[in-house]
Amino acid sequence: MIDFDFLLDTLGKLLAAVPTTLGLFFLSLLCGGLLSLAIVAMRVSGYPALSWFARGYVLVFRGSPLLIQLFLIYYGLGQFEFVRESPLWLVLRSPYACAVLTLALCTAGYTAEILRGGLLAVPHGQIEAGLAVGMSRWTLLRRVIAPVALRQCLPAYSTEAVLLVKSTALASLVTVWDVTGVAQQIIQRTYRTMEVFICAAAIYLVLNFLLVRGLGLLEHHLSPHLRARPSAAPIQARTV
Amino acid sequence: MMDLLEMLGFGDQGWGSALLLATLLTVALTLCGLLVGSVFGALVAAAKLSPRRGLRVVGELYSTVFRGVPELLVIYLFYFGGSTLITAIGQWFGAEGFIATPPFLVGALAVGMISGSYQAEVYRGAFLAVSRGELEAARSIGMPTLMLARRILMPQIFRLSLPGLGNVWQMSLKDSALISVTGLAELMRTSQIAAGSTRQYFTFYVVGGLLYLALTGLSNQVFGRAEARMGRSQRRNFANP
Repeated sequence: MIDFDFLLDTLGKLLAAVPTTLGLFFLSLLCGGLLSLAIVAMRVSGYPALSWFARGYVLVFRGSPLLIQLFLIYYGLGQFEFVRESPLWLVLRSPYACAVLTLALCTAGYTAEILRGGLLAVPHGQIEAGLAVGMSRWTLLRRVIAPVALRQCLPAYSTEAVLLVKSTALASLVTVWDVTGVAQQIIQRTYRTMEVFICAAAIYLVLNFLLVRGLGLLEHHLSPHLRARPSAAPIQARTV
Repeated sequence: MMDLLEMLGFGDQGWGSALLLATLLTVALTLCGLLVGSVFGALVAAAKLSPRRGLRVVGELYSTVFRGVPELLVIYLFYFGGSTLITAIGQWFGAEGFIATPPFLVGALAVGMISGSYQAEVYRGAFLAVSRGELEAARSIGMPTLMLARRILMPQIFRLSLPGLGNVWQMSLKDSALISVTGLAELMRTSQIAAGSTRQYFTFYVVGGLLYLALTGLSNQVFGRAEARMGRSQRRNFANP
């Protein structure tokens, strides 16, 4: 009943597309992460103009579907003559670069809010203590605020990373042949939807599992003080 | 400038009415998805909370698959898989040729199944947040299970899950844009058609995006009001001023 040859063949073709998916994921994670730092810095800067810009950014990129953002950048920007003649066109012409750009812009909006949540969770007393011992603002950020805030963010960030892996599938709609794109091609050619779906789903589930596991280990590693203490050696009965 | 007004207007050459209709279709699709999702979500939440191991495994499997696999892939499964299934059933009853599945149905089902996996977590959290003491009190005065569910459990679960449902609704609203790949003329697809036929890609994708933003903004307001109304009977505290 089960056609193992077809399953293996499909799995092989889909696995060949995994590097594309991973490339989209890591590039957009990196760019989006850096961008989100800038946005959260603006958001908490205290300057009304910068703060409102960051609010607007988050609102727009979290409030509209990723697909329309992708099409706006890939098809929409090409409409203008000056964009096509500018050096930017070298980047905006390629579907892969457009997909990375859109994914990065979108994930930056979500990540900025996660980071802001982490910043708000830094106890005020710790910041005051740092100031009281005469730390400079930069040292305070590096030694006190960043470590506490980043660790607080990790659980929410791992959710966002999984959402980003799932979002890379949209790149297939602008002709980037990632796992979903290849799966769709095979489905349209063979009409064996269930088998292809199972293979592609398995690949995504494994990727997400590894990602969640990795970030979970990192979180575990970074919060030794929150773990239950290892049970100490049994206390020796002391002779008085 | 005049061109733009004419293009987005409601005249013969304008796309205004098509876009508004498409916006309504997006809302209808998301609403149906939310309803389908509430059924699946409630069932999965119940399975995950069940004392039976088999049911818990099924619940976990559902959550893992629908939350871990890209939405687009799930939509392909329902769209292509649904057609294959219906064609097979059709041939069984003697129909000829290929039968396509209605895109709205596929869309509502796909968005609903995905939304269901997220709703299940919301309902499960809400159930666990209902005070155990109240349930014990109801049992101790001999309340039958059905009455306990209706009078004690359901009203609280509904109130506690409202903020989470607001998030799921927004997510489904954005997922519904992916149904455009099946050719259903909802907001995303209509923006695409308008952009293609007028060659004004930028304009129409911006307009489409703004309409989505209006929808998310509006639904924020609605859920905010609903939460305030449901919270009237609650004691005021930090989270609920």
